[in-house]
Amino acid sequence: MSIRIRFFASLADRVGIRETTVAGDEVKTAKDAWNACVDGMEIPGNARVAINQQYADFTDPVKQGDEVAFFPPVTGG
Amino acid sequence: MRVEILESPFDPLHEVAKYQESLLTGQFGAMAVFVGTMRDFNEGDTVTSMVLEHYPEMTQQHLLDLAQIVADQHKLTDLLMIHRVGEIHPGEAIVLVAVWSAHRAAAFEACEAMVEDLKSKAPFWKKEQLVEGESRWVEHNTAGPRTTD
Repeated sequence: MSIRIRFFASLADRVGIRETTVAGDEVKTAKDAWNACVDGMEIPGNARVAINQQYADFTDPVKQGDEVAFFPPVTGG
Repeated sequence: MRVEILESPFDPLHEVAKYQESLLTGQFGAMAVFVGTMRDFNEGDTVTSMVLEHYPEMTQQHLLDLAQIVADQHKLTDLLMIHRVGEIHPGEAIVLVAVWSAHRAAAFEACEAMVEDLKSKAPFWKKEQLVEGESRWVEHNTAGPRTTD
């Protein structure tokens, strides 16, 4: 089992990753997931996070098998 | 109720007319429609096209949940929402929201609630192509009519 991490739009461009997976029990929160795959970059202040396609907070827990997505403010409509 | 994400252009008013044919005449007394279309300018620059990216699994669920909540809250007779993704050109429709209800207040309020939520929460992102060949992400949407902050 692992955690699937996805990035979208300008945030994907900034971090240079669209999708990856992380394994390991040290990933306990969404913020841990960011730190596990983005090397040394702080989470931008306007970044949003979703866990399993639902808006979440960076301190919310994640578990093996979850999907965590990071993205900038939305601009649809 | 119909909620759809389309990768190709659509004619919003034709979609409204076609959908309304499926509704029972006499069951609604008001209809409100919002159509968002692509401009050929933004922030002082000419924009030749744009690409709308989305988070497919989340978008679909978010729009379905939103439609159900708004339809229940405002006791709508019916609702139609279509949103484009992919490459879009000036003049093309980006989003259509149409709602049918017994009275006008519910129609106006529900249509606005749908549009404001999808513009602030549905995971879509616009990337503009400029005439000079550059492209750029749109960083935020403009404020809605009742936004106070």
